[in-house]
Amino acid sequence: MSSVVSARGLNLTFQTSDGPVHALKNVNLEIEKGDFVSFIGPSGCGKTTFLRCIAALEQPTGGSLSVNGMTPDEARRNRAYGYVFQAAGLYPWRTIARNIKLPLEIMGYTREEQEDRVRKVLDLVDLAGFGGKYPWQLSGGMQQRASIARALAFDADILLMDEPFGALDEIVRDHLNEQLLALWARTGKTIGFVTHSIPEAVYLSTRIVVMSPRPGRITDVIESPLPRERPLGIRDSKAFIEVAHRVREGLRAGHSDD
Amino acid sequence: MVLVVLALVLWGAGWWLNTRLAEGPHSGTSAVRLAIPLIFGATVLVMWELVVRGLNVPLVILPAPSLIVVRFADSIPILWADFVQTFVKGALSGYLIGCGAAFLMAVAVDRSEFLRLGLLPVGNFVAALPIVGTAPILVMWFGFDWQSKAAVVVVMVFFPMLVNTVAGLRETTAMQRDLMETYAASYWQAFFKLRLPAAMPFIFNGLKISTTLALIGAIVAEFFGSPTLGMGFRISTSVGQLALDMVWAEIVVAALAGTLFYGAVALIERYVTFWHPSQRR
Amino acid sequence: MRQVLAVLAVVAAIVGLWYLACIPMNMQGVLVEAERAGAQVSPPEAAARREMGGVSLALRNGFAIPATWAQERPRLPAPHQVAVELWETTIDKKITSKRSLVYHGWVTLSATLLGFAIGTGLGVLLAVGIVHSRVMDMSVMPWAIVSQTIPIIALAPMIIVVLYSVGVQGIIPKAVISAYLSFFSVVVGMVKGLRSPDAMQLDLLRTYNASKGQTFWKLRLPASMPYLFASLKIGIAASLVGAIVGELPTGAVAGLGARLLAGSYYGQTVQIWSALFGAAILAACLVGLLGLIEKMVLKRMGMA
Repeated sequence: MSSVVSARGLNLTFQTSDGPVHALKNVNLEIEKGDFVSFIGPSGCGKTTFLRCIAALEQPTGGSLSVNGMTPDEARRNRAYGYVFQAAGLYPWRTIARNIKLPLEIMGYTREEQEDRVRKVLDLVDLAGFGGKYPWQLSGGMQQRASIARALAFDADILLMDEPFGALDEIVRDHLNEQLLALWARTGKTIGFVTHSIPEAVYLSTRIVVMSPRPGRITDVIESPLPRERPLGIRDSKAFIEVAHRVREGLRAGHSDD
Repeated sequence: MVLVVLALVLWGAGWWLNTRLAEGPHSGTSAVRLAIPLIFGATVLVMWELVVRGLNVPLVILPAPSLIVVRFADSIPILWADFVQTFVKGALSGYLIGCGAAFLMAVAVDRSEFLRLGLLPVGNFVAALPIVGTAPILVMWFGFDWQSKAAVVVVMVFFPMLVNTVAGLRETTAMQRDLMETYAASYWQAFFKLRLPAAMPFIFNGLKISTTLALIGAIVAEFFGSPTLGMGFRISTSVGQLALDMVWAEIVVAALAGTLFYGAVALIERYVTFWHPSQRR
Repeated sequence: MRQVLAVLAVVAAIVGLWYLACIPMNMQGVLVEAERAGAQVSPPEAAARREMGGVSLALRNGFAIPATWAQERPRLPAPHQVAVELWETTIDKKITSKRSLVYHGWVTLSATLLGFAIGTGLGVLLAVGIVHSRVMDMSVMPWAIVSQTIPIIALAPMIIVVLYSVGVQGIIPKAVISAYLSFFSVVVGMVKGLRSPDAMQLDLLRTYNASKGQTFWKLRLPASMPYLFASLKIGIAASLVGAIVGELPTGAVAGLGARLLAGSYYGQTVQIWSALFGAAILAACLVGLLGLIEKMVLKRMGMA
């Protein structure tokens, strides 16, 4: 019962005007507590769909899926996870601090608790002092950090991230990757992370789930041999390059049967 | 004749001045931006005065601005009473009731996809109709006093406000709604924290359109019957007596009321929707 | 398909509410007539009835409900009464007859169209001037915008009377009102449209060394079309209102506004409602026609 997320024979078929689309087919995966799992694959491979299934934003059409031993919808109602989207999606009419308070207000935290948590998570994502700014006064990278802070503000031990850094430039991205690892080490959360960048997946993850499209399915699960402590320089190490190579091979294998 | 020539010269001078200002080095400054339309307006007014005096245009065709000003100053008590009757009692109360009712209706409609689908085209259709035409009916029902004017205003502002609010409440992205879903937010939490603030620019658009409609409704409804005061009443009776200076004075009141009303709503909008790209500075 | 169904449901609900509203609205009058005809009415005293609301009267005099939908001069005519009146005054009457709604509609429509054409033409010209001349932009545009917040329709009675006193009557005064009501909305919309091309598109033409005229015909004008049509639809609705209001102050004998006014003098509610619906149908047709033209134009331009 140590699995945080457990998927068995998961299927999801969308009915479109061109006939059914198999977004997910026979997906089996266990995510353990404290894991950092990346989902990688070309577009249409179902990586985002799988994350949305975990978050109960999509309903699977077959198989079983449990989150913290509950159905995904029960987990959602218990506020079991924080979700970070591709874009920051901060409300322009709220300051950064009040954006982070948004989930806290909805979940009924006391006022002092709200202030306290906002201060903590702003520190955590390195945005102390920016609480009074409006989102449109901040850079894209800072906005995305604020949206991560928003997902961390309440007590969810799962963090689901859907290409959170996809729209940012490489330099900002490296920096945020480093900060994300530090944050994961400090909080011990279980993280599900969708990306289409091989270096990002290898750098961040303890496990890399390689997926491929038509139908969307898992083609390989790679346990990373890298230590949990990872300076940016690790990306030049032999072990890193080997893992990256394996991921690339897995992606290519998934493609070859087109 | 001299005065007419003077008017033409003045026109040329005003235009020349504005050209210099507009194409000069300071044309971007807010002082010049304000000065140019004011110079233009002043030139038109002075020309009007000179031409009316120069050609001896009779009062019953076009009174000179100076006459209108004198009439305005002399009739302030009357104009004020008319303003209270038409604007405060008729237009403003109708505006508040109409916009409030439309807002509540929009919130109610918003819960049902089916209702929204049906009501939006109907609302858009009705918003384009000549609704002032209901004035004779409503005057018949509610009597000559301000209640019937308020009723006309309610009917006039209701549909533009409804359509804008309903459209505004839809104005959230799928991502924003998903976020609320991940928080397991209730309907009303999502409503007050997400959809209502996101709808504000649309709601204010409806409120701004409605300011002008409210004044039009209140004035035109008085053409169909009113007690012996009110802006529309004064305009129609003064026209009948060929007292055009009074008509113009009343039009000045209507213009001021319309602009200030709109300006007040726009000011509140700036305060409420400061975050919207169109309002950021 | 779902949309059509939804619209039909909403319309049916409105018609249903309308029929229901007729009952309390007309009950007082119906009971007076019924009493005169010798029927048993509750309560029998006219004074007591005047004190009561329409709903409670309806509850005590259920037999009279059908009559509320068939009065000669009801406070609120039932939908079918309006429909019958519309039918009789449009299809059955000869269109030359003074009682034909088509005749009255045409009187109003001709003034509307003439004014709308003038207003639109002048509006587009001024907009072109404003976009190309910085002085005009800075002098005139603020006033054009302010004019949108002013009930300029209040000028209508004066225009009619002033033009009458200099000997101009008939269609022209109403057309003038229609013209200036559409003028300002066209100016504002057209300026917005002519300015809608972004900096990149303008820069592209600058790299071709295109002249001002070429930029206008090849970029600004096509880009302005959606904006133009949006403001034309608002403009023609305003023009129609202008023509109708223009018929009020002179006690005009013909036109939809005259029908409204005459109806309200003589308490001919059915006539008022049918004139109102006539005006509504006219407005809907005009806006619909513009929408159709818009679709065709944008399609030919490859924008829709």
